[in-house]
Amino acid sequence: MPYSNAILDHYSNPRNVGSFSQAEPDIGTGLVGAPECGDVMKLQIRVNPLTGLIEDAKFKTFGCGSAIASSSLATEWLKGKTVNEALAIRNTQIVEELALPPVKVHCSVLAEDAIKAAVKNYQDKQTTGAEKELAAVGV
Amino acid sequence: MLKLPVYMDNNATTRTDPRVVDEMLPYFTEKYGNSASRNHPYGWEAEAAVEEAREQIGALIGASAKEIIFTSGATESNNLALKGAAVMYRKKGTHIITQATEHKAVIDPCKRLEREGFQVTILPVDKYGQVTAEQVRNAITDKTILVSIMAANNEIGSLQPIKQIGKLCKEKGVLFHTDAVQAVGRIAIDVNEMGIDLLSLTAHKLYGPKGIGALYVRKKDPRVRLEPTIDGGGHERGMRSGTLPVPLIVGLGAACDIARREMADEGKRTYRLRERLRKGIMEQLPESYLNGHPDERLPGNANISFAYVEGEGLMMGIKDVAVSSGSACTSASLEPSYVLRALGVGDELAHSSIRFGIGRFTTEEEVDFVIDLVVKEVNRLREMSPLYEMALAGVDLKSVQWAAH
Repeated sequence: MPYSNAILDHYSNPRNVGSFSQAEPDIGTGLVGAPECGDVMKLQIRVNPLTGLIEDAKFKTFGCGSAIASSSLATEWLKGKTVNEALAIRNTQIVEELALPPVKVHCSVLAEDAIKAAVKNYQDKQTTGAEKELAAVGV
Repeated sequence: MLKLPVYMDNNATTRTDPRVVDEMLPYFTEKYGNSASRNHPYGWEAEAAVEEAREQIGALIGASAKEIIFTSGATESNNLALKGAAVMYRKKGTHIITQATEHKAVIDPCKRLEREGFQVTILPVDKYGQVTAEQVRNAITDKTILVSIMAANNEIGSLQPIKQIGKLCKEKGVLFHTDAVQAVGRIAIDVNEMGIDLLSLTAHKLYGPKGIGALYVRKKDPRVRLEPTIDGGGHERGMRSGTLPVPLIVGLGAACDIARREMADEGKRTYRLRERLRKGIMEQLPESYLNGHPDERLPGNANISFAYVEGEGLMMGIKDVAVSSGSACTSASLEPSYVLRALGVGDELAHSSIRFGIGRFTTEEEVDFVIDLVVKEVNRLREMSPLYEMALAGVDLKSVQWAAH
């Protein structure tokens, strides 16, 4: 199967491979997929609590080249976006950018799911964090 | 200088040996007669060439020339053997026995027969992908007419105890078919010694051309009869009509002749290279696992799973070597190899498998190149793998609630 240069580039030179500590309050972690399906993506965002901007993003992916490329591209796009802008990223944009063949569309869906999961994890932490603070001052 | 990509997919197909091509060429442009033409020298020389090829094929598997039926390849041979025998012996019984890791060209005809009223028993395999003669014995009923067990598996290279199964089938008066596509030309096969009644083979797995195969059909003790699947001019003793593709048949014959003469040495050489590859990779990469039997396997086959790395992703990284993967990331089902699953290999390891097929033209230099490339890429992808990170952190991957998609 011929792959686009964009896929091959992200596969050979993946951007932002790595991990943040999940425990930190400004980190959102999304882990999606399943080993038995042949795809697992971990995508993390670091959000600046003052500006609400995603300042950094990292990923690790178990999967085919298209899955690796989709998550690598997602981390690139996430940087500098607000959380809401991140949620607006659609898998179809990833398909277009990487010229994913039809059988690989599910990789882009997984990347979109990973973004949503990471944002949700970050937002959950903020809620619980705020609640904890309120509880601490006795409200 | 290596020619890239290095070809290491000899269980998928093999390069046609240039010596085979040389034998074939005159039969396209000079000796182009129809072997069924009885009235002129063009026909006679074509017929002579076909008969010589029959002898060469027979000699490789211990059969007589008259027992060789030409087909378009192993898929057709398997279809003819299974459907042809089932329909011919239907009055005798309607039960067929096969096993789980057969090629789809055996499994699917069996499923069709099942829809047409036959009963099919698919024997499970052990962790090495093997069945035992005892399993076959226990499955045979008074309705059993045919047992079909492959000689060697195309994915994992495991050999089946053909000789014991053949002996048992003789004892029980049941026909025994073997899909020997991967075995013929690679390991010694003798239809009489092994009690085989029907045997499928194809040229392109033994350095011959694509598009030609053969079915061995036993002529005595017992005389096996088959209902044809293709009707027409009554060629091949009425079992397979159609003008014979003489150049391809000459190629199959030549390939068998070379295999018969060189198989012993070639087997040792491919085994040595296979072991060099297997050890070279597995000793450098922890948590890599050989699929299939450690010893009772095709000399040139190594099927290895690399934990925490997905097979198709790995193949993109090792694109300078042509191999295949048990991962099925491209298929709609996303399901990995049914062969590996039949062995009880977990889905994640099945997704992580690569099949290396070493053959006649593989060199030591190529093997060393592939070892370095695979080790480097597996390590790179593991660094990128969330599963590897979790495993290093002591997370039991089986305990994680995955969101299957």
